[in-house]
Amino acid sequence: MFDNLSDRLGGVFDKLKGRGALKEQDVRDAMREVRVALLEADVALPVARRFIDAVTEKAVGSEVLKSVTPGQQVVKIVHDELVSMLTGAKDDGGDQVGAGEELNFNATPPVVIMMVGLQGSGKTTTTAKLGKLIRERHGKKAMMASLDVNRPAAQEQLKVLGEQVDVATLPIIEGQQPVDIARRAMGAAKLQNFDVLLLDTAGRLHVDEALMAEMKAVSQVSAPTEVLLVVDSLTGQDAVNVAQSFSGEVPLTGVVLTRMDGDARGGAALSMRAVTGKPIKFAGTGEKLDAIETFRPASVADRILGMGDVVSLVEKA
Amino acid sequence: RKTSERIGSNLTGVATRLDDATLDDLEDALIISDLGPAAAARIRQKLSDKSFGLEITQQELKEAVAEEIAEILRPVAKPLEITAFPRPQVILVIGVNGSGKTTTIAKLAHLFTEDDYGVLLAAGDTFRAAAIGQLATWAERAGVDLVRGPEGGDPASIVFDAVKQATDTGIDALIVDTAGRLQNKKELMEELAKIRRVLGKLNEEAPHDVVLVLDATNGQNALSQIDVFKEVAGVTGLIMTKLDGTARGGVLVAAAEQYGLPIHAIGVGEKMEDLRPFDPDLVARVIAGVA
Ligand SMILES: Nc1nc2c(ncn2[C@@H]2O[C@H](COP(=O)(O)OP(=O)(O)OP(=O)(O)O)[C@@H](O)[C@H]2O)c(=O)[nH]1
Ligand SMILES: Nc1nc2c(ncn2[C@@H]2O[C@H](COP(=O)(O)OP(=O)(O)OP(=O)(O)O)[C@@H](O)[C@H]2O)c(=O)[nH]1
Ligand SMILES: [Mg+2]
Ligand SMILES: [Mg+2]
Repeated sequence: MFDNLSDRLGGVFDKLKGRGALKEQDVRDAMREVRVALLEADVALPVARRFIDAVTEKAVGSEVLKSVTPGQQVVKIVHDELVSMLTGAKDDGGDQVGAGEELNFNATPPVVIMMVGLQGSGKTTTTAKLGKLIRERHGKKAMMASLDVNRPAAQEQLKVLGEQVDVATLPIIEGQQPVDIARRAMGAAKLQNFDVLLLDTAGRLHVDEALMAEMKAVSQVSAPTEVLLVVDSLTGQDAVNVAQSFSGEVPLTGVVLTRMDGDARGGAALSMRAVTGKPIKFAGTGEKLDAIETFRPASVADRILGMGDVVSLVEKA
Repeated sequence: RKTSERIGSNLTGVATRLDDATLDDLEDALIISDLGPAAAARIRQKLSDKSFGLEITQQELKEAVAEEIAEILRPVAKPLEITAFPRPQVILVIGVNGSGKTTTIAKLAHLFTEDDYGVLLAAGDTFRAAAIGQLATWAERAGVDLVRGPEGGDPASIVFDAVKQATDTGIDALIVDTAGRLQNKKELMEELAKIRRVLGKLNEEAPHDVVLVLDATNGQNALSQIDVFKEVAGVTGLIMTKLDGTARGGVLVAAAEQYGLPIHAIGVGEKMEDLRPFDPDLVARVIAGVA
């Protein structure tokens, strides 16, 4: 459905047979194609713009390697810049941590991990995946609690998932409100010596003031060590609004990108990294409860550009 | 009118064309609404070919954009109506994970019962944890019956039972829920094709409608969703959910141009009442940033 970026760039650079340094006008022509590729991949427009400016600066005047075409050289520069942005260069104003950074358990138990995000993004499923990962990989005792009193059978869903992954869930009390459930969960986790408490919250739109305030209140009573924004990798231009609003309300520590097993180009990854300044900690890669991986910037960069082969070609050169 | 509001005017008078900077801004605005670069460029082209009066304000320009978009959307606006004869009308609801299928089914059930139609639901998602419980709660709230099987059971056998029950009891509309699936999963798509075939066993015409539920927050991948679900499951119409946020659903424009599938309704909230008819003029105004 999408043209491969190197094919597009081929057209731009075909007329340019000579070697030497990349000329400004050629780079600008190439960047028009890069821009379209990024937008087709759903990178948010302001993020795409900033990215293009940064790459243009790097590319103009750079020497073309003997064994590759100028087009391939530009792709390589674009790719490297993408990886560096997705990894989170230290000068981007974000934390001193890169992508794929693991969970932070550095607090007095129970260490609270709070999950937030839009409706249907994959919070509940990811909560269960993390519960399983924390038990198996970190050998810690985790409890999960659902604060979702909106969606029918939401608490039931987490309970069933808890049974499937063999992680305890807070008993359900009908009619109790989210902040009170959070308090009860804190108490229960302390009393029963759990190392980690995972708080699954209801999906909410960032424009829903009441629900955003509720989320903030939950965060205040539970003092989470990790607040993870769960984002669908199919997300389009709205990613910017989501990232801005959620990070404005709660102290986000990272992002989880779900449905990476789909065939979306996943430009939302770049938007999320750029706007929140927080690392993308995990990628959800399926509905099964072990389908969670460490986020890999290089492969996501390939995917955003709709390619892989050209980059490795230049890598080898 | 303030000069700053005036764009595209020239000193010599009569008609004028929009300048590049104005067209760039316009194209950017369309991209932010998720039209995608190709559809945005097409609309830009259409507007650049047009002549405007001497003084055109920002507002008037947006109106012109809205009109271009409305023209694309109007032909596909078509409500989901109960017309099948003989009854029941079987409506299969499909889509990627978390797009809003189950909630949309609750909304449709509510809408149809308000119109005094008899509605039956089928819990065809036996996979996701508590998916049956979720639909059961909605069935209760909407006051309709539900055909369900065991968790982890075969969805095909449930939908078969449901068609039988709906036919035997003279139900007007049977709405079938399915598990979410990404369109690039071969096996799951094959399962969907099978569900479709089973629905047709007792009634050749079924399913009468195959509704693909799209999430407005999704970007360009929505087009690939339409493409593949159409191929595998014979989509007959679209419903877009989550238009109560800031996502504007611009992919519908590209979808209308490329596929011409009917758009039945939009979801604007999590409650049963939060379904609206698809109003092409309103949606066009939202996409163009007028409304
Ligand atoms: N293919 C795939 N499906 C996923 C992934 N993560 C979650 N899902 C599915 O996405 C759907 C929604 O997931 P949930 O965990 O219920 O999402 P949620 O954010 O808790 O939803 P709300 O509580 O309604 O806001 C379910 O069908 C999940 O099985 C993933 O990484 N890949
Ligand atoms: N704001 C808003 N939320 C919606 C809308 N439609 C559905 N939702 C929410 O989106 C989430 C997912 O909805 P579901 O109906 O469970 O989605 P689904 O497609 O059945 O999900 P799976 O069965 O897991 O694939 C829930 O939290 C719903 O309340 C809508 O129009 N607006
Ligand atoms: Mg949930
Ligand atoms: Mg469902």
